[in-house]
Amino acid sequence: MAVETVAPPVADAPVAADAPVAWPDAQGRFGAFGGTYAPETLMPAIAELKAAYAEARLDPAFNAEVARLLRDFVGRPTPLYFAPRLTAHAGGARIFLKREDLAHTGAHKINNAVGQGLLAQRLGKQRIIAETGAGQHGVAVATVCAMLGLGCVVYMGEVDIARQAPNVARMRLLGAEVRPVSSGSRTLKDATNEAIRDWVTNVRDTFYIIGSVVGMHPYPMMTRDFQRVIGDETRRQAQEPDQIGGLPNAIVACVGGGSNAMGIFYPFLGDEEVALIGVEAAGEGVASGRHAATLSAGRVGVLHGSRSYLLQDEAGQVIEAHSISAGLDYPGVGPEHAYLKDLGRARYVAVTDAQALAALQLLSRLEGIIPALETAHAVAHAVELAATMPAEQSVVISCSGRGDKDLDTVRAELGMDR
Amino acid sequence: MTAPVAARPTPAAPSGAAPAPAPGAPAPSRIAAAFARSRAEGRTALCPFLTAGYPDLATTEATVLALAEAGADVFEIGVPFSDPLADGTTIQRTSQGALANGTRLADCFALVGRLRGRGVAVPIVLMGYVNPMLQYGLDRAAAEAAAVGVDGFIVPDLPTEESDDLLAACRAHGRDLVFLVAPTSTDDRLRAVAERASGFVYCVSLTGVTGARADLDAGLPGYLARVRAVTDLPLAVGFGISTAEHVRQVGAHADGAVVASALINHLDGFSPAAQPAAAAAFLRGLRGE
Repeated sequence: MAVETVAPPVADAPVAADAPVAWPDAQGRFGAFGGTYAPETLMPAIAELKAAYAEARLDPAFNAEVARLLRDFVGRPTPLYFAPRLTAHAGGARIFLKREDLAHTGAHKINNAVGQGLLAQRLGKQRIIAETGAGQHGVAVATVCAMLGLGCVVYMGEVDIARQAPNVARMRLLGAEVRPVSSGSRTLKDATNEAIRDWVTNVRDTFYIIGSVVGMHPYPMMTRDFQRVIGDETRRQAQEPDQIGGLPNAIVACVGGGSNAMGIFYPFLGDEEVALIGVEAAGEGVASGRHAATLSAGRVGVLHGSRSYLLQDEAGQVIEAHSISAGLDYPGVGPEHAYLKDLGRARYVAVTDAQALAALQLLSRLEGIIPALETAHAVAHAVELAATMPAEQSVVISCSGRGDKDLDTVRAELGMDR
Repeated sequence: MTAPVAARPTPAAPSGAAPAPAPGAPAPSRIAAAFARSRAEGRTALCPFLTAGYPDLATTEATVLALAEAGADVFEIGVPFSDPLADGTTIQRTSQGALANGTRLADCFALVGRLRGRGVAVPIVLMGYVNPMLQYGLDRAAAEAAAVGVDGFIVPDLPTEESDDLLAACRAHGRDLVFLVAPTSTDDRLRAVAERASGFVYCVSLTGVTGARADLDAGLPGYLARVRAVTDLPLAVGFGISTAEHVRQVGAHADGAVVASALINHLDGFSPAAQPAAAAAFLRGLRGE
């Protein structure tokens, strides 16, 4: 496929309009995917958001404020780190880690929360709502709301509240109200439903900060733009002579909704020599039916405001996803990933719970970095991939988050308390 | 899916209804005729909503029959969906219950086919989210609707911007596509709905999800006047309509009132066998009888 390059990325303009590709269109379409499947009550607010974002992304003052907070509050740029022992273990291409785990709050989610939080402030909205799965987006939003002095309500499924207790405590410390969601599968999908219901009810004074490249237009585009800083930095850092000295041969990132993957992929979309690989959660195995491998095993449908791949039955009812990782436990996926899959520009694979757990231990012992369970999916695949590549090539893993939040799950799974 | 029910002629329009259309013009829909009749009789049309398959399909069928005999003007039959993001707790619960006992879109079509077979002539609109319709096939859904006697569709997550395909399918098969408008809708958006809608316009009474409420929104009259200014279609008001007093208030500014969660919550106090009679009594209560 040919990806038309419009303009080269500008590193110091975090959300500027320089786009490596020409999508989405004005209706929020990425090819046949995306769109605005939202209740009428929300449509005027969505139009207001579209207009405000279109203006803000070209406003030097807004971009400067995003850049300042990413530097001074988030701690960007995050390092691109050569992982020597993991490289030796794989025995092939050199492996680099883009260290989003070192961003403030411990994951890439803060990049988007800063951007959308500033946009909410620009719109004069004093009340913020968010959904969260693993709690990383909820913590990021609660953090930004504390910093900006905005009210914050986070919806979180009861299952996720139980398995990500440290993040629940962090959100509460930060002054956010965490509302448990008991409907449906009691995970991220249902937290998103409940956040949308809140938004429908309080749309006049409330800003909804969606945590991934999902939802109705303009969220997939906006979240991608706020996350592209990951890819912009990676592209610049990789080319430094003491790093890769050029572009990497492959980039590997985990995909739930797909925001860290979209953020690191996006600036490379025009670089066809760079392979882009998204890693979904295969749970107990795609064949078991208990998985979250939406792109690998789903069909096209509409959920949460956009058309994309979806885990669903023949009658269009959404099937509950399963993953050991709360952040990947989602039956949908961002529409731009669906488009990249169909274009063949990115490819998508799936890694099981067991493989992810093994990779989490591997990275911990070999590099002294405990990754999030989400991130561990990307590590698992990258190690396999690197082993098939020659030593002069290189692979970048999006190290999207740190694993502290997962210690309860990991201890239980590994029997460390016995 | 269930075997399709054979097409059947539309029941004759009630005497005193609009004259026969000019050749080539679309026939007036059964929905339009129902609102014309209630308007001519000086009544507020009552539009009960039931979730198909809750507590089971046989009870839904018997309850619709009883409500039709009690004088319901237009039915909304809810098609259950796993993720009803515009609905409050009542319809979330009934949707989950209906899904748990296996009710799918195909079953809703079959239900309406059976109701027509038992002589129910009241207009019936299916209300459901877009994904089950997409998987069924939009054209196939509109064709099946025409075959079994479903008069139209209401799709709460399908704003005008995304409605081209379903609108084309509905027009091809002579079905009404009913759009929702909300108090937040701008005049431009109301005009876009007016250009596309047929049957009636569903006016969401408040900024919020479905569910019974104690009071109506104070801004309702002004909002309904804005809608009235852009369309001659009947206006039906829904979300939160719970009492005879609400119906009376709505009737001062609109043509119909949709009663959903309040009816369902009321029926939950009865055994399935007792629900049809309880529903009929509730409907008469809404009319102030």
